[in-house]
Amino acid sequence: MRIIVCVKQVLDTAAQIEIDNGSVVSPGSARIINPYDEFAIEEAVRIKEKKPETKITILSLGPEGFKDSIKKALAMGADNAVLLTDAIFDGVDSYALAKVLAGSIDKIPYDLILCGRQAVDSDMAQTGPAIATFLGIPFVTVVTDIEFYDDFKRAKIIRQVEGGSELHDLPLPLLLTCQKGLNEPRLPSLKGIMAAKKKEVLTLSANELDVDMVNINNNRVVQENLCLPPEHKKGIILEGTDDVISDELVRLLRIEKII
Amino acid sequence: MSIECVVGVLIEHDQGAAKPVSFEVLSAARKLADQVSGKVIALYFSNLASLEAEDFIQQGADEVHFLINPNLQKYTHENYAFALLRQHKKHSFDYFLLSATNNGKELSAILSAQLGVGVATDCISLFVSEEGDVKAVRPVFSGKAYSTVRFTGNKPHILSLRPNVFRDSPFSNQGEIFEEKIHLPEFSQRAQSIVKQVGSQLDITEARVVVSGGLGVQGPENFKLLEELASLLGGAVGASRPVVDNGWRDYSNQVGQTGRTVSPDLYFACGISGAVQHLAGMSSSRCIVAINSDPNAAIFSVADYGIVGDAAKVIPALIRAFKKTLSS
Repeated sequence: MRIIVCVKQVLDTAAQIEIDNGSVVSPGSARIINPYDEFAIEEAVRIKEKKPETKITILSLGPEGFKDSIKKALAMGADNAVLLTDAIFDGVDSYALAKVLAGSIDKIPYDLILCGRQAVDSDMAQTGPAIATFLGIPFVTVVTDIEFYDDFKRAKIIRQVEGGSELHDLPLPLLLTCQKGLNEPRLPSLKGIMAAKKKEVLTLSANELDVDMVNINNNRVVQENLCLPPEHKKGIILEGTDDVISDELVRLLRIEKII
Repeated sequence: MSIECVVGVLIEHDQGAAKPVSFEVLSAARKLADQVSGKVIALYFSNLASLEAEDFIQQGADEVHFLINPNLQKYTHENYAFALLRQHKKHSFDYFLLSATNNGKELSAILSAQLGVGVATDCISLFVSEEGDVKAVRPVFSGKAYSTVRFTGNKPHILSLRPNVFRDSPFSNQGEIFEEKIHLPEFSQRAQSIVKQVGSQLDITEARVVVSGGLGVQGPENFKLLEELASLLGGAVGASRPVVDNGWRDYSNQVGQTGRTVSPDLYFACGISGAVQHLAGMSSSRCIVAINSDPNAAIFSVADYGIVGDAAKVIPALIRAFKKTLSS
């Protein structure tokens, strides 16, 4: 099986954020693999463990610094990686991002494409389903379980929806976006880290890709402003016995028409 | 007033009843349409017309279109996207609004990719600039920052709206109702692929009251108390990440940056210390009540009301107090 895993590098979720000149800064904070993409990498590695002839390619779009996360993905067990890096990609919107990724995937043979269900920085949740749409292949989003048939040509997939779940039964090729609950991502082993050093990371720029640059330059959604959320007003600490506090809270919530 | 602009809305429904968030999307569409001399066209895909057409009109629709096909009884993104694109050909939407649910988010991606147009998901505010451009505010980094975006290029501009933040009372509005049988292509394997859809429990992103517990709740058994409080208030139970990682609660209940982002009217944080990832997922709630035995816990920095104490003892008192008021 040939698996492509799309990976984005993001700011550590533990980071406190400051805004400087319209962009997020968080000095000293680590950059990590998007947590949902880690589920995708782990799932691919587990498939490879069951089906050793599997080849896992990590695909990422971003600056050279993304190689830190790519190295970790390779250390977890992926085979090789492609990093699409070009100044022209800076600030692309979700449409353009998916278009470029789909354009590069078109040249790589694949049976399965795994993505995270969303990136924890832009929170758009568009890249996976948009890539599948560009490629014209079926997809399932927000996946919490994947069970392959013995021949690995078909899978049963559980998708999370608000208040419930769906069971899908689909043939490959497929794109799936991975949700927490799918698996427990491993930490790279020392052996994995050593092996990763020898694995290929191919870097491609925009003009090495067969993508429509006009589309990329023509952003459809433009960020005009970025700010911190409004400050929370200072709250009240209620005091007294548990029953006194509870009655008081209920009274206050009623005055404010919250309940 | 001449109509210069068409605002489309997809009504999401579950077992024949429109989702509450769809009423929010309708009213947001109405307000937007009023500012851009537009009309609101509501689309409802199903195997049957719903009885709620008048409600959709009261909530802002100028036209309600029931698009009927037996294969639309259940949602599949293939069928919905196909039907939506057909409707766009017919009505030429300038803006298309959906709910930022799991279904709404994947549909917006298909529409954006198919039509080559911009999309902004999970918006919490829409406004029209002095130049007449529609802009949206959307939380990024799970709400640690707010991004304001504008659209350029081809229409429709696609926006999905976060549940619980666009609530509005009905307008006095008049509208027309249309019903039409529509054709769908054979997605032979695909449309049949959903063999089971289960669950109709209230989702934490859609609940008006969320009662969340952290490790300070001191054990999975104590979540019964949270469930009791939540059910008393018609709400749902959430959890912090450590609770989910300990296996006390299902991951679909996790609130925070690697879980769900919620904006209920009332959020109870019980025994939750308030890690930055958790705060990101709930701090836009209208009213936050924090219960924690550590008076220095970070959760109190975002709480409207703080109670310093053991959640397992305070919650029974809260249940008594709410019961008293609700029965009086």
